[in-house]
Amino acid sequence: MNKGSVLEMRNISKNFPGVKALQNVDFTLCEGEIHALMGENGAGKSTLIKVLTGVYEKDGGQIYLKGNDKAVSIRSPQDAQRLGVSTVYQEITLCPNLSVAENMYIGRGKGFFQSFKKMNAEADKILKSLDIPAKSTQQLSSCSIAIQQMVAIARAVDMDCKVLILDEPTSSLDEQEVEKLFGLMRDLKARGVGIIFVTHFLDQVYEVCDKITVLRDGQLVGEYEIKDLPRVKLVSKMLGKELDDMSDIKSESAPYSGGDASEVVFEAEGLQSNAGIKPFDFKIRKGEVNGFTGLLGSGRSECVRAIFGADRIIGGTVKMKGEKVKITKPIDAMKHGIAYLPEDRKIDGIVGDLSVRENIVLALQVMKGFFKPFSKAEAYRFADEYIKLLEIKTASADTPVKSLSGGNQQKVILARWLLMHPEYLILDEPTRGIDIGTKVEIQKLVLKLASEGISVTFISSETDEMLRTCSRLVVMRDRKAVGELSGDDLTQSKIMSTIAGGED
Amino acid sequence: MKNKIKNMTDTNILLAITIVIFLIMYLGAVVVLRSGFLKPQTFFNILNANAALLITSCGMSLVMITGGIDISVGGVVALVSMSCAVYLDYHDGSIIGSVLIALAIGLLFGAVQGFLVAYLDIQPFIVTLAGMFFARGMTTIVNTTPFNVASEAFVALKNMRINVPGLGSVNKMGNYVSAYVEPGVIVALLIVIILFVILRWTRQGRGFYAVGGNRQSAMMLGINVKRTKFLAHLICGLLAGIGGYVYFLHVGSGSASHASGMEMNAIASSIIGGTLLTGGVGNIIGTFFGVLSLSTIQNIVSSVGLDEAWWTGITIAAMLCLFLVIQSVVLARKKRT
Amino acid sequence: MENNSKKGRRGLLPGIFRNQIFIPIAALVVLALFNFAADPSFFRISFGLNSAGNPVLSGYLITILDYGSELAILAIGMTLVTAASGGQDISVGAAIAIAGSVILRVLCGHNSRPEVLQTPIIVAFLVGCVVAMLFGAFNGVLVAYFRIQPMVATLILYTAGRSIAAWINNNELPIISQPSFGYFGGFIPGIPIPTPFFIAVGCMIVTFIVLKFTTLGLYTQSVGINESSSRLNGLNPAFIKFLSFVLLGLCVAVAGLIKVSRLSTINYSVIAKDIEMDAILAVALGGNALSGGKFNMASSILGAYVIQFLTTTLYKFNVQSDALPAYKAVVVIILVVMSAPTVREKLSSLGKKIRNHEAKEVSM
Repeated sequence: MNKGSVLEMRNISKNFPGVKALQNVDFTLCEGEIHALMGENGAGKSTLIKVLTGVYEKDGGQIYLKGNDKAVSIRSPQDAQRLGVSTVYQEITLCPNLSVAENMYIGRGKGFFQSFKKMNAEADKILKSLDIPAKSTQQLSSCSIAIQQMVAIARAVDMDCKVLILDEPTSSLDEQEVEKLFGLMRDLKARGVGIIFVTHFLDQVYEVCDKITVLRDGQLVGEYEIKDLPRVKLVSKMLGKELDDMSDIKSESAPYSGGDASEVVFEAEGLQSNAGIKPFDFKIRKGEVNGFTGLLGSGRSECVRAIFGADRIIGGTVKMKGEKVKITKPIDAMKHGIAYLPEDRKIDGIVGDLSVRENIVLALQVMKGFFKPFSKAEAYRFADEYIKLLEIKTASADTPVKSLSGGNQQKVILARWLLMHPEYLILDEPTRGIDIGTKVEIQKLVLKLASEGISVTFISSETDEMLRTCSRLVVMRDRKAVGELSGDDLTQSKIMSTIAGGED
Repeated sequence: MKNKIKNMTDTNILLAITIVIFLIMYLGAVVVLRSGFLKPQTFFNILNANAALLITSCGMSLVMITGGIDISVGGVVALVSMSCAVYLDYHDGSIIGSVLIALAIGLLFGAVQGFLVAYLDIQPFIVTLAGMFFARGMTTIVNTTPFNVASEAFVALKNMRINVPGLGSVNKMGNYVSAYVEPGVIVALLIVIILFVILRWTRQGRGFYAVGGNRQSAMMLGINVKRTKFLAHLICGLLAGIGGYVYFLHVGSGSASHASGMEMNAIASSIIGGTLLTGGVGNIIGTFFGVLSLSTIQNIVSSVGLDEAWWTGITIAAMLCLFLVIQSVVLARKKRT
Repeated sequence: MENNSKKGRRGLLPGIFRNQIFIPIAALVVLALFNFAADPSFFRISFGLNSAGNPVLSGYLITILDYGSELAILAIGMTLVTAASGGQDISVGAAIAIAGSVILRVLCGHNSRPEVLQTPIIVAFLVGCVVAMLFGAFNGVLVAYFRIQPMVATLILYTAGRSIAAWINNNELPIISQPSFGYFGGFIPGIPIPTPFFIAVGCMIVTFIVLKFTTLGLYTQSVGINESSSRLNGLNPAFIKFLSFVLLGLCVAVAGLIKVSRLSTINYSVIAKDIEMDAILAVALGGNALSGGKFNMASSILGAYVIQFLTTTLYKFNVQSDALPAYKAVVVIILVVMSAPTVREKLSSLGKKIRNHEAKEVSM
């Protein structure tokens, strides 16, 4: 091990069936350093962290920790904690029904009885030394999320951790709370703790971190000093486009030529849901393809969910073709001709045990009504038509959809909504986790649909996909719409600079 | 004041509600039905009659705190009564032997159910429902007809009374009768105290709460979740065995229809006592008052002259329903804020 | 290529073994063989006159057909509840007591031993249906809208149900003397096959029609498999769950009619005792996941008859009725252990090793 480093991961590999999640990744963390781990979705950062914390077992490579001569093996979260690697997750992994002190001490220590007096006194001491405004005897659930996170950190500190992993700790905090958390992080840094910080908020990276390691597609892109890597460069590293060859490729086809002449199909004003997005305005014209862009967690999915009524709507007005309508639940949106392909295929999309045929006709069936089921023959006709149209690879229309590959599952859901003949189709990450061939097919399909007069909102983590298909992009940052790009502004560099914000 | 309430833990809030409800109810009974409820013995009789329920409810609360449920307790109580009765009368067994049988049956049920729930991850309800049917069926297989135990040693034990000094009353003949409790009550109170101490002040005890509060987190915090769940079911089974023996001691007979619906009363007591069905929140003292509330209601129902078995069932179900709905609403509120 | 190899693999086993209905059929064959080996007289059916002078068939098989029918009717509703809510209703026995009590009460009016019926049987039955569906709705509200686990929610009615049933008739035991009331649970003069079988067939036909001409099946399965995705497809998951409980209430009313008709009276604490266990078992034996989702109605119905086959077999070997639950509990535990995800995982990883070997050969 190098002097001064607390953690070295060498040649880490991890495979899942069909996916190389990590390929020979190196990572080094020094004492008293805040190190950002960056990468887009699927880059492998959460896999790397799970390998480090013992949730996954690595397939290859070594992990060295300060104080251990040999490579350590970490098989469970408990192992990791014992070795001084503590993690604070985005989702609080404490017990809300216990007191603050108990949450700091449970699962540790020996002996039958727990001395509460001693425990509370010690807890108060640590809370005070870290300047955390909580009392040891308080029930955890009565604390704000920020405090809960700090309690988790306090637990880690008291366990004498050398490596502290903060996995998106700030995504549910407000600005003041984030400031407090940063104060705590700097404090720990001064004590020599190495901190790995995972976040989607670029501002925060530049505010608090010393170094950045970027991953992409399961591979290490590089490790950089923060001062050597300006924002735009960081974004380009994450997205895998060097600035040079990003010299503003214009989209291959000019997809939309309607201009402002054609009819506005959907319009929202000040729309807001309970999913934590700021109110936003949005409209789309007939035959137009537009999109929401921004980094993961920037609120782009929440916006389209609000349009479809998938989250609880708490404000704003919505118009379809100029007429004011009320959309509070998905069926309302469907009745107005809006279709929505959700971001998370497994949780929100497929009905796994049902057959391909049933999955395809489901939405149209719900629209048609309870007492008017499609006959089997009709359903087969629909299913076969779309299986052929979208080239869905399935043994038959009766195969359970869960046994299909990801790309084909996605096509099934797409077929479900196309069957409804929507006027407005929302596609949230339709190309995530599927092979390149299918990705191209889906992009072509989007353009074809638009030429047939369907309006499409397209969301993708891959900017070039968006550029190829969309004629207008709403840029999101920190759950807020921060800009709209169209025409000549639709270039990689412009998008990136808008996403990055700031002055760079 | 408001701040104080805000800072209270869920467990304490629910406990306070339970105690207040019980006191109001008992005072109401004293005021309205003056005669009976003023006598200390009436209160002790409630304890005497419900010692077994108190013990099984403690076990039930423990399982519910870890987020599970055990509906086999009534069946286990019946099986224990019948097995002990048969052992004592047909096999000339000793008292010690019968106690050991009771403990063994309880532990066996607890261990098997605990294994299926904790290590095979099967829904606790299905497992213990099967356990309940198995226990009831086995009771009939052990012996079909109900009978009273005649063993002398046992009858002596059954008739044992422990006087409570200073709380007697003067009866109609003018004689002083001292108030008493049965030995089962002492056992029950001991168990309440032991379990309270375990849950409140030991590492394992807090582990039960942690597992019920958030299973995933508990695991991340280094608690052996499976073992904790197993232990909860094991202790619940053991307490069902002890409760079975105390029940047997109170009624002095074996019958397949003994303790019918006891699982329900135990669940109701726990819930009324402030144990959340979703786990993680609950208190043995609350369960104690839950049992008292439940049995006081039953006493009131019969005092008012509605002395029919079906009224008890309806009142208990109604109370349970009410508390369940309150819990569900409170939880939903809490989630929203 | 991919398709072909899949088909090829499938072709190695006849389709029937992959079908869910294979499970109850296999259980049936095992039970039948066991009885055949132990005592072939089990299968004897005799023809004679009953006490009313009607020609009837009798024998163990007829008993199975008779008592299995009420179970089959319950299994229909229980299958829907299981599929939609991922839990079971344990109050069906108590609810049958309520439905039966209501039917008797309406038939008798104020006099508990009427000479003539106060209301037509059909009216009494309809009132029974309404009441049973209301109690189903009560369970449904607790489960769907208050989000209480189904088994705990139905525990309430499980405790209170028989008391409510007794209360409906002021704890009296009404007796119907009119013979035509006994037809529903016995025999219609001139027809030697027990009526419950015809009622069950009627229910099955109705169920078949409902499943064919409405989207109930698709909706319940969809909600049971993936609630979130169902909502995004425009379904109202809470209402579907609620509906399944109401429909179970309807099945309960029909079973209640048969039950009270058998005796022409009611015993509140014994009527339909432990039937919830049998109904849950029928669903499980039919190969349906007790955690909800996909279901096969025919398989559940067959499962119900197989359970009755088991019960009758146990009876034949002089097992007392009160001891039956012990044996069935063992069957339940075996079934749930076999279907537990952790156990399945281990089994399937074992199976995969074998299949991998097989697949290699096929792809070559």
